[in-house]
Amino acid sequence: MPITYTSKEQIEVYRFSIPVTVLAPLLALFLQAFLPLRMPWFSLLDLPLLMVIFFAVARRNPVTGLLTGAAIGLLQDSLTQQPLGLYGIANTVVGYGASSLGVKLDVENAGSRFLVTIFFFALHEVVYFSVARGMVRLNLHWNLAHEIGSAVVNAFVAVLLFHLMDRFKQRT
Amino acid sequence: MENLINRYRNVTILVAILFAQVLGLAIQVKRTNDDESTRLIRIWAVGAVTPLEKAIVWFESGTSNLWHGYIYLRGVRQENRDLKDQLEQLRLHQARLEEDAQQARRLQSLLGFKEQFVAQTMAAQVIGLSGSQQSRAFYIDKGSDDGIAKDMAVMTAEGVVGKVLRVYPSTSQVLMINDQSSGVGALLETSRLQGVLRGTPSGQVVLDKIMNDEPVQTGEKVLTSGGDQIFPKGLLVGTVSKVAQGKEFFLDVTIKPAADLSKLEEVLVITKEENRTPETAENTPVRAVDILEKRLPFVPDKPVVTVPGAASGTGAGTLKSNGAGNVSKTNVAKPEGVLQTEGVSARPMKAAPVNKPASSTPTAAPATPSSTPAQTDTAPAGEPPQ
Repeated sequence: MPITYTSKEQIEVYRFSIPVTVLAPLLALFLQAFLPLRMPWFSLLDLPLLMVIFFAVARRNPVTGLLTGAAIGLLQDSLTQQPLGLYGIANTVVGYGASSLGVKLDVENAGSRFLVTIFFFALHEVVYFSVARGMVRLNLHWNLAHEIGSAVVNAFVAVLLFHLMDRFKQRT
Repeated sequence: MENLINRYRNVTILVAILFAQVLGLAIQVKRTNDDESTRLIRIWAVGAVTPLEKAIVWFESGTSNLWHGYIYLRGVRQENRDLKDQLEQLRLHQARLEEDAQQARRLQSLLGFKEQFVAQTMAAQVIGLSGSQQSRAFYIDKGSDDGIAKDMAVMTAEGVVGKVLRVYPSTSQVLMINDQSSGVGALLETSRLQGVLRGTPSGQVVLDKIMNDEPVQTGEKVLTSGGDQIFPKGLLVGTVSKVAQGKEFFLDVTIKPAADLSKLEEVLVITKEENRTPETAENTPVRAVDILEKRLPFVPDKPVVTVPGAASGTGAGTLKSNGAGNVSKTNVAKPEGVLQTEGVSARPMKAAPVNKPASSTPTAAPATPSSTPAQTDTAPAGEPPQ
């Protein structure tokens, strides 16, 4: 299967029902906040970010992608004690980038999903750390090994999660 | 122009959304104490997530209680016997400690110390975290409806956990002591050195502002100092786990929190504190004369007696009948015992105000300790008679 689309190939654009659009990100937020209580290692994952990537890539619409990213990011910010906008800005950039990439690349197979997730996880962290340090003056701890490990773990989970979420796709 | 806008429509929207968020972020950073502008979205987010968390925690604890309280009771009898033995030993230990505590309270009372006492606590269950590795906060299942307010101290039986940061109707957000925006006034138990407890970006807890030349030992306990007006004095925070020379003039003192901050299930919120002088139990032996005094009939009224030497400023003040047969002395601070002033013997004071300014026209300057056993404390020595 080719990894890029030619002008003759039809790009598959998907949509989702309203319950899935609303409940899936909320469920991701809930799991992100609740599961680390019982399983501390779960805090390595960033499920809301994975939701942003999935919806952005599947819809292939940059405006929808960035709005989805902004909404999920701001909700994620709301659960922290930090100012609103840190996750919002990072997820907006990721949503826009993922949906723009989805137009050009085939991101339906496991390998490309794995790589795409690693790339956008890294982009998310760079934007988040830049804004946090530059604007909010947060003294964040950047540990490269930890970031790489988190990116790989998130990419593995993304492959499984996206496969699960494919069941809710609806063709336009 | 229209083509240009259409061509760059996506980028324009991206820039607009990012600009709006950056602007909002800048406003929030500028107004450090402004929670109101973002309160609505926070309430929505918390309202969307926490009900499910509360339901799961409630179901989980209910199931656990059912299992451990009614079904799985293996070994309970033996455990009960062991606990009874332990209780007996602890009673003996408590009796010894009570003696020490009474002595400490007496001394504090003498020195007029005011202490913050934990008057009321409320148990709460931890229902969720903030969901971010950069934010060390959690949510509890009690909110303003239950009497929780901002800046209340939160602890476990092991030690201090954090403080209430935001309050919602049925939940509250608690900032942990290992968050980098947290600060707790703390002191070292043995050396009594005071510092500020802070979280680091990696989630450790450090004690700041301890000078390089101060002796700090690993294993020393760290307690709250009460200086932050949030945590009552004397609560255990943790122990010193590492001491290193830091930058400039201060030590890098790493603290291991007493409470396991990564496995919190139930916490106590200190909902009421009291500032009061420690009460002491009256342990002084009762003298026969005191008992007799209570039983004997009152002595009839006597006129005011001026103590010899009072006019010269070296006397003990004025002895005065209080109308009940007792003789009182103004400006006298000695609360107990029989008053003896230069050969004048009086009954124990009952109605006379102790440590009270002389409202009944004192005629003499207060006595000095060398001149009389009854010491005055309100007017300075040498004050001219009024």
